Amino acid sequence: MWSDELARARLHVVTGKGGTGKTTVAAALAVALATGGRKTLLIEVEGRQGIAHLFDVPPLPYQERRIAVAPGGGEVRALAVDAEEALLEYFALFYNLGFAGRTLRRMGAIEFATTLAPGLRDVLLTGKVKEATTRARDGIHNYDAVVLDAPPTGRVVRFLDVTRAMADLAKVGPIHSQSKGVVRLLHSADTAVHVVTLLEDLPVAETLETVAELDRADLRPGAVLINRARPSRLPQQWATTTNNATGSANGQVDADRVRTGLLASGLDLDAAVVDGLVTETVEHAMRMHAEQQARARLADAGMPLIELPDLTDIGGDGVDLGGIYELSDVLHSQGVR
Amino acid sequence: MSLDTSAPPSFNIDELLTDRTTRVVVCCGAGGVGKTTTAAALALRAAEQGRSVVVLTIDPARRLAQSMGLRELTNNPRRVMPTAQIDLAGGALHAMMLDMRRTFDEMVQAHASPERAAQIMANPFYQAISSSFSGTQEYMAMEKLGQLVSADQWDLIVVDTPPSRSALDFLDAPQRLSSFLDGRMIRLLSAPARAGSWGVRRLVGASFGLFSRAISTILGGQMLADASAFVQALDTMFGGFRERATATYELLRAPGTAFVVVATPEADAVREAAYFVDRLAIESMPLAGLVLNRTHPVLADLPAARAETAAETLQRSGNAPLAAAVLRLHADRVALAARERRLLARFCRAHPAVAVVTVPALAADVHDLPALRQIGHLLCKPQPAIGGYWLQSQIQD
Repeated sequence: MWSDELARARLHVVTGKGGTGKTTVAAALAVALATGGRKTLLIEVEGRQGIAHLFDVPPLPYQERRIAVAPGGGEVRALAVDAEEALLEYFALFYNLGFAGRTLRRMGAIEFATTLAPGLRDVLLTGKVKEATTRARDGIHNYDAVVLDAPPTGRVVRFLDVTRAMADLAKVGPIHSQSKGVVRLLHSADTAVHVVTLLEDLPVAETLETVAELDRADLRPGAVLINRARPSRLPQQWATTTNNATGSANGQVDADRVRTGLLASGLDLDAAVVDGLVTETVEHAMRMHAEQQARARLADAGMPLIELPDLTDIGGDGVDLGGIYELSDVLHSQGVR
Repeated sequence: MSLDTSAPPSFNIDELLTDRTTRVVVCCGAGGVGKTTTAAALALRAAEQGRSVVVLTIDPARRLAQSMGLRELTNNPRRVMPTAQIDLAGGALHAMMLDMRRTFDEMVQAHASPERAAQIMANPFYQAISSSFSGTQEYMAMEKLGQLVSADQWDLIVVDTPPSRSALDFLDAPQRLSSFLDGRMIRLLSAPARAGSWGVRRLVGASFGLFSRAISTILGGQMLADASAFVQALDTMFGGFRERATATYELLRAPGTAFVVVATPEADAVREAAYFVDRLAIESMPLAGLVLNRTHPVLADLPAARAETAAETLQRSGNAPLAAAVLRLHADRVALAARERRLLARFCRAHPAVAVVTVPALAADVHDLPALRQIGHLLCKPQPAIGGYWLQSQIQD
């Protein structure tokens, strides 16, 4: 369940191992947080146009655009932050370099500058995220919450902590003071870093490593979002069995019992089909057992766990817009607000 | 909907591995599709067939090292010892893991005097770029591959690629890093009056001066000076990064290199695989085939609709809960397999010439050499009759 602490966060950073569905979950979270008339901003920083793809809209410009309405009159806006655009924005702000900026961009100078300082790119990106999160008018925040579709687990801590390295590198100037503000926000109670995982060995291991890494960097782990959780089809006593009377070790169901059950059901199945069904069932039981163990490992991390259902019935092209709302409903019912 | 049921050419991995002219196999694909495990399984299989193999992994799970009987993988190849179950029959398997910082250090040490090397390695800019620049890992993977090839100690090198955001980064990052380190821009920025041609200066004129000042204010002048010192030191060492990157890039086009694209039956992974396949064609780099990992073939020849009906009947009667559950589970599996098959069919329609092999998901993770060998076995096994995705008649949508 969503904790009170998480409900107070304003910047929700969503990371996860590649292939766990982090963009989808980030989008669902942005919709869930906007439910009931609130306003949220969903940001991507990797130049992938993953949000546009997910919401089936044209590529997002470097501009906050409305992309979805949330149940109860809420609004979700989206922004694809581009490091070069962000740097030009700085120049325009501090050096009045508007027109020349475009020439320099054509020369590749801007790309050069953003790659010159390893981390300058990340500082510009997190800087924009901070600006959007803290933007306010008459003491009222522009957005009730900001959701960041962050780099994957392997790189997220470096991405979020690079501001520190940067603050050490550039000793003066606007970037330096900006970095300090970013560091303050990211390490405050206003920010929570959520990790999306699947109930598989590697994603779970990476989730636990990332949580430890976040702790070391003094960043705040939020919730663990278990994506594509599948229900067990087997009756309860079969689903999680380890070493009891009905199943053998390692969660394997007893193949003979499955076979007997099928034969006793009075169905007219030929031997090869029965064999196939038995194998499928044993595989399913083993997977359920492995998933159960993965859940237990995640629970040990002591973070709120939220499970999101697998939406496999949707066509071949992954989660569609309806799926995002379905996931957002689940998040909402788990107390996300 | 009528699905294209014509099977793609089947990807004969044994043929690729036993062909003595195959010298380098590059495994690539999106993150999380099982590239590293596939690379290790291919290497083991080739070693079992008598070849002397080294596998270069990029970011392996600790478990993979353990599965090969090594406590850890290092930047230098370590021999994987055959066990009672695994007989390498004349072949040999070595495994290693890329340490990008160390590879960079070694590159500097190999090309500079000890004092010079120490000076470069103490440069803060070097420290930053050798450990955190986003293209460094890809670049160093290429560098290491180049080293392994020129060492000429193995007759097959299997390379895993970095866990990039997109599979294409592996091809692009080295070029990006090398043109960045090439130094023209850095020299322009640190001493615009001297560097660059007169034409460039005139072209950019005053705005460049302004830009250069802005950059040095933003980054701090010290940093620019560090960067400039670093690049100049490198430049005198080995005459430009670009040439070096070009050389390693050419290696990927050389005869004897084969690319294996790895994907899982997920929309994103298949899309990345398709991009990569197209890109390889554009670059004239040889694609050997696609490995579709973690599929869920249907094992029982029973239409989903019939299974559902039977499950319902059983449930109503209430006396065979297990059989009902088994039938429902089967119906789920048929639906999942149909979805995976649709994804693959779409890929194959756009890339009809690409050879494909599907590898069923294993119920357990890879913990030891026999498990790794099993994956190698699955990679080379002819597609199962019912489980293969191609027998339309067997599966009802």
